[in-house]
Amino acid sequence: MNLTRRHVVGSGIAAAALSTMPVRAQSGPVRIAFIDPLSGFMAPVGDGGLKQFQFEAERINAAGGVAGGRKLEIIGLDNKLNPQESIVQLEKAIDQGVRYIAQGNGSSVASALVDAIEKHNARNPRQTVMYLNYAAVDPIFTNDKCSFWHFRFDADADMKLSAMTDYIKGLTDIKKIYIIGQDYSFGKAVADSSVKMLKEKRPDIEIVGNELHPLARVRDFSPYITKMRASGAQAVITGNWGNDMQLLIKASSDAGFNVPYFTFYGGGLGAVGGMGRSAVGLVRQVTEWHSNIPDIGMDDTVRAFKAKHRDLDYYYYRVKVMFDMLAKTMNDTKSVDVREVAMALEGLEMKIETGMASMRKDNHQLIQPLYISTLAENVKFDVDNTGLGFKTDIKIEGAATAMPTTCRMRRPAS
Amino acid sequence: METIVFSTLNGLLYGLLLFMLASGLTLIFSMMGVLNFAHASFYMLGAYLAYTVGAVTGFWIAIVVAPLLVGLFGAAVERFGLRHVHRNGHVAELLFTFGLAYLIEEIVKLVWGKNPLPYTPPAVLQQPLFTLWNTHYPALRIFMMAVAVGMFVVLWLLLKRTRVGLIVQASLTHPHMVGHLGHNVPLVFMGVFAVGSAMAGLAGVVGGALLVTDPAMALTLGPIVFVVVVVGGMGSLGGAFVASLLIGLIQTFAVAVDASLSDFLARIGIAVSNRSDLGRITLAQIAPMLPFLILVLVLIFRPRGLMGAREG
Repeated sequence: MNLTRRHVVGSGIAAAALSTMPVRAQSGPVRIAFIDPLSGFMAPVGDGGLKQFQFEAERINAAGGVAGGRKLEIIGLDNKLNPQESIVQLEKAIDQGVRYIAQGNGSSVASALVDAIEKHNARNPRQTVMYLNYAAVDPIFTNDKCSFWHFRFDADADMKLSAMTDYIKGLTDIKKIYIIGQDYSFGKAVADSSVKMLKEKRPDIEIVGNELHPLARVRDFSPYITKMRASGAQAVITGNWGNDMQLLIKASSDAGFNVPYFTFYGGGLGAVGGMGRSAVGLVRQVTEWHSNIPDIGMDDTVRAFKAKHRDLDYYYYRVKVMFDMLAKTMNDTKSVDVREVAMALEGLEMKIETGMASMRKDNHQLIQPLYISTLAENVKFDVDNTGLGFKTDIKIEGAATAMPTTCRMRRPAS
Repeated sequence: METIVFSTLNGLLYGLLLFMLASGLTLIFSMMGVLNFAHASFYMLGAYLAYTVGAVTGFWIAIVVAPLLVGLFGAAVERFGLRHVHRNGHVAELLFTFGLAYLIEEIVKLVWGKNPLPYTPPAVLQQPLFTLWNTHYPALRIFMMAVAVGMFVVLWLLLKRTRVGLIVQASLTHPHMVGHLGHNVPLVFMGVFAVGSAMAGLAGVVGGALLVTDPAMALTLGPIVFVVVVVGGMGSLGGAFVASLLIGLIQTFAVAVDASLSDFLARIGIAVSNRSDLGRITLAQIAPMLPFLILVLVLIFRPRGLMGAREG
């Protein structure tokens, strides 16, 4: 009897708890689940991203929060860089009532998340989820595989390569280019697009090598450098990141093979630390921002972040843009409802420190200025505490980076 | 010509780095009869300690101190860990070293962080030693080869030409007999384990400066070292030397040769279109697989390895 009564009382409490949940969800913090690797080989990258997400959320909260004073809260969920694990974490987040999901590392993970969120939203039109992509740059997510619920705040691989090849177009001395990348979907996409774009823009350039090496397995790149030199290459294009980036440059400068490197992630976490002084003047990167763009009002932010995280640098400017845009739409609509926010976010134009940012309505790709910069000494802000940092070569205005899209977006009926 | 010369140099260098690790591992194996999974972790410790010690004393003192510290740590592991676990048989020992490898990795992450360290050799070693066909060859690489060859010679003389070496060799095969003759066999074991660890530490001091010092460095080199030891023949120093060079050279030349699988298959009379997925695979792409292919073949056709004394 006792047992039954306790049971009844217990379920009553549970019911009461359940009935208060929606109330809490309407007035409590707006939660964003950050699903990225927080353990294992790529943990430093995921961890650095999470710290910056928290930094931006605190900034927005200190400025008064969103949609009438509500706070933003970041929940870090470890996906171990694994698509299946990411889906598990996504479901966990949705069960907890989280409606905003952020991810960036690995287009393989992004692909699984796009599918899962599309399916979830079709089945649960009253509990839709938004996907904030801050770094997965496979062009497919804003083309054939585009989704209304997915918004990408980083320039995709083709946009970055287009900027890079435009720059190479002007370097008439370069006649022979070597392409080297990691042996997986991203490395292959970079290689294919580089070949195509160079053929259009500089048909006189000969591609003297197109090499894929195993991902995160090569310790000594000297054999590759020997091969590159033998090919007569005058410049190298690479999408490498992490260890593969720094070891490549290190081997190159050790051998005295001093040619310009056009990279995506030459300034990524730990890369400059590993490459060291040898990379000065040679390593170029294409990014939406770097810390040595003078007089745009970012210096205090960079310093504040450094004061908080000694071993990290303020790297993801696009995450700041993402939070600013998100806060603006939530404040303008006075709502945190995913559908309303998504409707307001697409087509949104906003002034940012580097110029103008706009979220394309047709494929949900953010258009923002891009910079090509070179590693240099004597800079105001360094990277990885090395005393080295990046200096701008050229700035490409946002409009010039836009690419045609094959996206046919299916919008929810309004 | 240029490619051949540099590929040979690079192959030798990689092979010698492998040998510095494999020599200690193969000694420890012949002593305990168990593969030490944590061996590559001693290599990692060597690099990290050299970075920390070197920041205070400079590189040249660190290159002596760091391996000594790793050797002391190795001795402690043997004395207070392995010797107790030994009573429970080989499987327990194997599991112990397996756990130790993960433990060291996590401790390294906690103490030094998860990111690569800016551990660089002194400027003297960074200068190019000679320049051939416009390619610099850094002094550090030659220095590393010299260290490895020096280590091989010293170890060889120590084992084959001195009384200590005689006792060690005897203890490896007939521990009871040596014990009855009045020698302290456990001390010999501890000594061998410490020397083996210190050699891995020395490899780390040089290898960390040459490659990258990060928490994944043990995990990436570990499996290849096992391949070397098995291919060379368990417990054989000469075998480890030959196998290291062999694997170093094979891997380097596989990268340097610009050929695809279809070229190779065409030569032995199988036509595969070089447009197909299989045909497009280049030799460079399968280079990391080659050591393991050799491992499998050696285990099938010559289980005791190239120069191993005992049957698989």
